[in-house]
Amino acid sequence: MSDITKQSLSELVENIKGKKLSSSEVTKAFVERSEKSKELNAYITEDYANALNKAKKFDEKPNLDLKLPGIPMAVKDLFCTRDLRTTAGSKILNNFVPTYESTVTQNIWNEGAILMGKLNCDEFAMGSSNETSFFGNVQNPIDKNLVPGGSSGGSSSAVAAQLTPITIGTDTGGSIRQPASFTGTVGLKPTYGSCSRYGIVAFASSLDQAGPMAQNVKDCALLQEVISTYDEKDSTSIDFKRNEYSKELTKDIKGKKIGIPKEYRVDGMPKEIEDLWKKGIEYAKDCGAEIIDISLPHTNYALPTYYIVAPAEASSNLARYDGVKYGFRVEGENLIDMYEKTRSEGFGAEVQRRIMIGTYVLSSGYYDAYYLKAQKVRKLIKNDFDDAYKKVDAILTPSTPSSAFKIGEKTNDPVSMYLNDIFTVPVNLAGLPGISIPAGHDAKGYPLGLQIIGKAFNEQNILNIAHAMEEKINFKNNINDWWIK
Amino acid sequence: MSIDLKTIKHISKLSRISVDEKKAEKLAEDLNSIFDFIEKLNELKTDNVEPLTSVAETTLKLRSDEVKSKNLRDQVIKNSPKENEDYFVVPKVIE
Repeated sequence: MSDITKQSLSELVENIKGKKLSSSEVTKAFVERSEKSKELNAYITEDYANALNKAKKFDEKPNLDLKLPGIPMAVKDLFCTRDLRTTAGSKILNNFVPTYESTVTQNIWNEGAILMGKLNCDEFAMGSSNETSFFGNVQNPIDKNLVPGGSSGGSSSAVAAQLTPITIGTDTGGSIRQPASFTGTVGLKPTYGSCSRYGIVAFASSLDQAGPMAQNVKDCALLQEVISTYDEKDSTSIDFKRNEYSKELTKDIKGKKIGIPKEYRVDGMPKEIEDLWKKGIEYAKDCGAEIIDISLPHTNYALPTYYIVAPAEASSNLARYDGVKYGFRVEGENLIDMYEKTRSEGFGAEVQRRIMIGTYVLSSGYYDAYYLKAQKVRKLIKNDFDDAYKKVDAILTPSTPSSAFKIGEKTNDPVSMYLNDIFTVPVNLAGLPGISIPAGHDAKGYPLGLQIIGKAFNEQNILNIAHAMEEKINFKNNINDWWIK
Repeated sequence: MSIDLKTIKHISKLSRISVDEKKAEKLAEDLNSIFDFIEKLNELKTDNVEPLTSVAETTLKLRSDEVKSKNLRDQVIKNSPKENEDYFVVPKVIE
């Protein structure tokens, strides 16, 4: 069989089901490639020996009716995996070994997939470049000097470099879609409530969602079908009729109404992004979609709203890291001293910054001015989308305001880093599904993505539009394996 | 608006994160630039807008009150930085 790691997830599934490949052969190929790719720093924890054992066991008694039969997979290190260290990219969880499994990963193993290891990410998923990880930055397989995006930067790097056939990330403000865009891969942020948050290290609970990151839309649909289940262990999990996304996938999007929001033409947007967007509109038309101009008037207020809501929720969620029940501890003269030293040494600078912002906006005297205000503006942002969806079925925008930037380029200016998420954040605030697909390259040859935003619970529709456009775009990633000696 | 060092010290106390002078100065600078950016929200009139607390338009489901996981002592204690039999150990709290 020709190079196994070059095959897509769907091809691998077909080949294992058709007994042309064994799980052991596939797992060995991805493990070997991962081992040769340490320079990318995509993994925080490797579990290769166990993966090879599990693959051998699978082959002894293969269940070929499963959706992911014997498929090896590495996942973002924000998902708790039973008996395998889960760090969330933080020193404070450096030695944390969960005694339970997240629902999303359990769903994946139930369909026959095999865990290969845990992928690097920004600390507690707070970042847009994977540079806030305690375990070091990750390199973009496109170019050694580029960030892979964030916070799911290990995931995007690993999929683009074919260290894993597919993976999962989490997306609170763009953390799946932005890294997908930066690496020429496909990333889906599902509707809030679609995938269980149980067992995912919490960042901002009203925004966090898990989702697939893949080489193509079909693979993405297949994994979404596996991970999206109602779960009584997550109180915001929503019980709705889920599609069989991969089986129902179609390129027939004739007559679909796609909205183009004028407010996404932001000041200073590079011409390349504007051109990409125009090209995207033409592709959508070629697929038979109808293009309609729409307005989302509060778009400009989404980022400031997000930078109140997300840190507020984070400051509350991260209060649990006190050095007592689990995680890293620094001994102190008394209990308070122990808390303060533990948190000061255990959390990195960006996480501390966000805890401070969150604590401030929730503190006595400031709650109404900031947190309540932000919740009200969040309502206005959601209303914008509700109004737009009276006229259109989906919305097309660029995924990011630029291509991948250089490592170190934005680390000293938090606000410029935050601006990366300008096109993705509104989707989280409104709880909607959004998918980023690779759609072209800039002058330097770096990938650029387009985002398709859907109605709540209508992942199928945006997957279909993405699938149809993907064929027209016919994107090819420029990866020359520079990191393999 | 401007966040001064006194405010940083206050937030640091509330957050249970110790900060020295140097760190406090850097934090004040960062937080001020972030809050300058956040102030944009004041352009909007929101007096009659209902706050959005959750996008999941669902009511919490009731379930029967049964114990589903038991005998988790070892699991609960397993990741503790310091323990003594069934207890988490912390510095002395009561004199």
